[in-house]
Amino acid sequence: MAERSFKAEVEHLRKGAGDTFTGEGILAITKALLENGVGYVGGYQGAPISHLMDVLADAEELLGELGVRFEANANEAAAGAMLAASVHYPIRGAITFKGPVGVNVASDALANLASGGVTGGALIIVGEDYGEGSSIMQERTHAFAMKSQMWLLDPRPNLPSIVKAVGDGFELSEVSNTPVMLTVRIRACHVTGSFETRDNKAPTLTVAEALANPRSDFKRVVLPPFSFVHEHEKIDQRWPAAEKFIRDKGLNEFFGPKQAKIGFVLQGGMYNNVIRALQRLGLADIFGNTDIPLYVLNVAYPLVKDEFLEFCEGKDSILVIEEGQPEFIEQTLTTYLYRAGSKVQVEGKGILPMAGEYTGQVLLDSITAYLKKAAPDMVPAMVRAPNEEAPKIPDLTKVVPIRPPGFCTGCPERPIFAAIKLVQKELGKHQIAGDIGCHLFGSLPPFEVGGQTMGYGLGPAGNGAFEGGGKKRSIAMVGDGGFWHNGLSSSFTNMAFNKADAVAVVVDNYYSAATGGQDIMSSRAKNPTKATNNPISKALEGIGIKWVRQIDRTYDVTHMRNVLREALTTPEKGPKVIVASSECMLNKQRREKPLTAKAIKEGRRVETPRFGVDEDICTGDHACMRLSGCPSLGLKVLDDPLRDDPVASIDQSCVGCGNCGEVADAAVLCPSFYEARVVHNPSAMETRIAKWRDGIIGWLQSRRAARRLNFGEAA
Amino acid sequence: MNAPLAHKTPDTRLQGIIKLAILAVGGQGGGVLTNWIEDLARANGYAAQATSVAGVAQRTGATVYYIEMAPAEGGTPIFSLMPAAGDVDVMIAAEMMEAGRSILRGFVTPDRTTLIASTHRSLAVSEKMVPGNGIASAEEVMAAAEIAARRFIAANFDQVAVKQGSVISASMFGALAASGALPFPRSAFEDAIRAGGKGVEASLRAFNAGFEAAVAGVQAEAAPAPKPVAKSTVAGPARLRAEWDRLAARAAALPGPVAEMALPGLEKVVDFQDLAYGAEYLDRLDKVVAQDKAENGWVLGREAAKYIANALAYDDIIRVADRKTRAARFARIKGEMKVKDGNLLHLTEYFHPQAAEISGMMPAAMGARWQADPARMARLNRWFDKGRRLRSDSLTAYVMLYVLGGMKGWRRRTLRHRQEQDHLQAWLDTAMSYRAANYDLAVEVLRCRRLVKGYSDTHTRGLSKFDRVLDGIALVANRSDAADWARRLREAALKDEEGKELDGAIQTIRSFV
Repeated sequence: MAERSFKAEVEHLRKGAGDTFTGEGILAITKALLENGVGYVGGYQGAPISHLMDVLADAEELLGELGVRFEANANEAAAGAMLAASVHYPIRGAITFKGPVGVNVASDALANLASGGVTGGALIIVGEDYGEGSSIMQERTHAFAMKSQMWLLDPRPNLPSIVKAVGDGFELSEVSNTPVMLTVRIRACHVTGSFETRDNKAPTLTVAEALANPRSDFKRVVLPPFSFVHEHEKIDQRWPAAEKFIRDKGLNEFFGPKQAKIGFVLQGGMYNNVIRALQRLGLADIFGNTDIPLYVLNVAYPLVKDEFLEFCEGKDSILVIEEGQPEFIEQTLTTYLYRAGSKVQVEGKGILPMAGEYTGQVLLDSITAYLKKAAPDMVPAMVRAPNEEAPKIPDLTKVVPIRPPGFCTGCPERPIFAAIKLVQKELGKHQIAGDIGCHLFGSLPPFEVGGQTMGYGLGPAGNGAFEGGGKKRSIAMVGDGGFWHNGLSSSFTNMAFNKADAVAVVVDNYYSAATGGQDIMSSRAKNPTKATNNPISKALEGIGIKWVRQIDRTYDVTHMRNVLREALTTPEKGPKVIVASSECMLNKQRREKPLTAKAIKEGRRVETPRFGVDEDICTGDHACMRLSGCPSLGLKVLDDPLRDDPVASIDQSCVGCGNCGEVADAAVLCPSFYEARVVHNPSAMETRIAKWRDGIIGWLQSRRAARRLNFGEAA
Repeated sequence: MNAPLAHKTPDTRLQGIIKLAILAVGGQGGGVLTNWIEDLARANGYAAQATSVAGVAQRTGATVYYIEMAPAEGGTPIFSLMPAAGDVDVMIAAEMMEAGRSILRGFVTPDRTTLIASTHRSLAVSEKMVPGNGIASAEEVMAAAEIAARRFIAANFDQVAVKQGSVISASMFGALAASGALPFPRSAFEDAIRAGGKGVEASLRAFNAGFEAAVAGVQAEAAPAPKPVAKSTVAGPARLRAEWDRLAARAAALPGPVAEMALPGLEKVVDFQDLAYGAEYLDRLDKVVAQDKAENGWVLGREAAKYIANALAYDDIIRVADRKTRAARFARIKGEMKVKDGNLLHLTEYFHPQAAEISGMMPAAMGARWQADPARMARLNRWFDKGRRLRSDSLTAYVMLYVLGGMKGWRRRTLRHRQEQDHLQAWLDTAMSYRAANYDLAVEVLRCRRLVKGYSDTHTRGLSKFDRVLDGIALVANRSDAADWARRLREAALKDEEGKELDGAIQTIRSFV
């Protein structure tokens, strides 16, 4: 079960003809799949498409009614491979993951799929994680579409356009026997809006029916001589079929005047922000009616030559607005013009930056620069000669600290990194490989553990070259999500097979946590539709790794450090794997908080822990911060003229995970931390004993107070 | 056909688009606030669009949400998917440095932006890690906001919400309503919260409190007037009080700036040990003050009053145990943890004594012998070096701490006390040896006492930094800019844990001496 329940969203999926859906883009896509008679859906979670998976995971009943099969695939390769169902059978299938990382993983399956071609519509929904807030390398999925020849849709970022693209994509896939990628940028996935819904459609052929009537055709297998035939099919049949469909159905859109000296060619996903720049320049109205002709590529690949050349007719110059690099679209369009002997000037990268997100400011500046060059008469007077001197705003660059993401309050991964930091203090710095997941935050201050990451589940594999051992052993991190995604096969069998003299730490927080808390093989939750509760240590045993240490409370920093020390120093050869397990605090709190509140209300005995700092014992050296970074552990400036440095302070958001106390103990920091456990609804006996005890303590306290001076704050 | 297009003025309807951005720290409920705002707009006949790039930034990182709205008539407005510099009408910053970030990113401009900011701080890791004071300057952000924003509404909306048992999203929504930046009545905002359906009552209370705080503005919660220096009341046996009054009078008779520091200093020292120790403190202070002058502003005396007190009231087991067993502490914790009638409180203390601390409690000569003998120290570590979790609300643990805390009579005989006294004397002597030639340098050397803090390893590291700084100072002591170098060395020492910056600074000094 995911971070939150999507039962309410599932209800939206039931909407029919005449209803209106209002919500997020990614959920609109989910609904559109059902409206277009999809027969099976799969994928792997990750921002920004997690919600598609989460909602369908909660929509088991509806999917059952329609006869739609949903798989939460083990990884993107598995999802890609699932599209095989559309090779021989006229069944529409859709898979989803984030791009380009998910596409990387899936590319083996997708390349095979694209070679043999498809009968049923095959749609790959890629949440393109590019630009601000992205957590991955900045690349383009576009290249994959080109190399394997899959069509690439990049619709305008509004709900009706995105929903239409789903239907168009299936049809385009079917008429051209080609898988289609629907790429949706991160903001488009999360953009809100409305569209008119249609009735859901059951697939004309369900996967169950297909299974009962199997088909095969060796001509679709990627083996010679058919693989050579496939390549020719791609060019001779599938491409022209796609071009014709795109033109006939008008998938690309034209806006603005037919006749003009200049025009813009842009990816569909760029449309809104380009219009905003034009609005600010007085060249478009509120509804997007523009003075400049726009050729909007809702299909970013293939580029339809004739359609493009017609757009260029009568123009002196065009501006290609293509986010991401290299500039595939601009290069192709330039080639088209050159081969057509055209004199139309192409501007694009150069006026627009080659790299980086096309933000509002970038587009405004670049379009202004283009207009100044190509059509100076269109530049508003204000821009030509700004007469208002903007007031000088103080520069805060040096003041405002960066705020990268980090471990949440009470995160069970924090103590693991504290222990690694401590063990490195003893044994020196080690070669440490990171992986993908929340635990990668451990590479940031205050821990700075891990120097590189090679991909999801590839942490230990990333230490391959160091696995011969030596004076020191390498350490690799991997999460439970990464372990099941790819880690077991690519990292751990690699370690086992090569007899790696190295250490790996599996950070097991019971979920695929960074992507929203989805269940995985080793999750502790009972899941009616998925097989959970399969311990990671058993899988390791199964591949012959002998030295495995299971830690069931990561917060025990001393123990964690001791086990790490043992792994790094034991004379035993071979892989040494530590499985460090404690539940993701975000999910734990979400689950337990309401239960605790209810229990207290019902009069049951409950203990609620929280940590505190004795500020007169804390000396303000902040050693604890350098082993924590917890959001609830902050600083407080004391109202004491004798003190220079702020002291540690824990706010009410503390969940009492114990890291502060454990770290103070393991690192021998200071006695300032205390755990305060409030006992709600204690038993009568307990209360009586406490009263008696408090009486004696109180007597001792007043006895001492009576014999010395007591300085207290003035009332 | 190729005629130039006539230039038009911007569509006046474009001014009807309201652009609102929210900059929050992951986990603050920025998503909830965004939902309320778009529901509010749609319920009031506006077309609205929201976007976010939540993703992994939700995990405590800086997160942006963006909403555009316009009257829904005549067609579908085309909204942007991200805020653009210079093009934001309402900027909501749910934390002070995020307000700074919004200004830095150009989202706050004097021609149009209403900036609604919460003045509370949620410290970034980089601010907390610094061994000294790394907290970024909220004042600079406030000053910049006054210039950058067309209207600036600020209050501690976090505190406001927490007081109502809710979270900051609700109080900021109240502030947005109060700002009048959106063309909707207050009741429409409240309806949006009710429509949301979750934790409605608490949200409405926080909304209301946020609304009022925004109206009152930041002035209402301005820092309380500085308290008089002698802030404490003194209770205790009459005999001791009489002696205290005599000492306090002696401290008060010191030159003004010195007395201001000497009174709290005296209190700290007496609280640490006893009145006799307080008298010793004043004796030491007198000697420094005798070498200070009014035309120097009594800086030397004032700094001596501060740091001698800190040096005398060192952090030993006795002090910690005493502090941990006081009635006032139990009362304070009960308040902070909101322990209600009928609840019980369990307290667990985290101690980890080591050989140095144990031998420090021995009589000076004996302790010195033990500390000089690695075998004995190893034995002590075998016996004592492990984490001890003491339930200070239980009788056994409490009595143990109580007894330890009462060992003040023993303290003066301990090795630790002798070590502290020696260290104090050496430091004072060094400082005063510079006094005649370089007054400012003597002041800076006194201030270096700030480097000695922490327990165990941290304390050892502090002492080592202190020694390195003083050695560095000795190298430049004869230069006219020695005080400046001393200050630089001290500040460098407070920048990072290992003292890398300090080593760099010392290297620089060595390059020219």
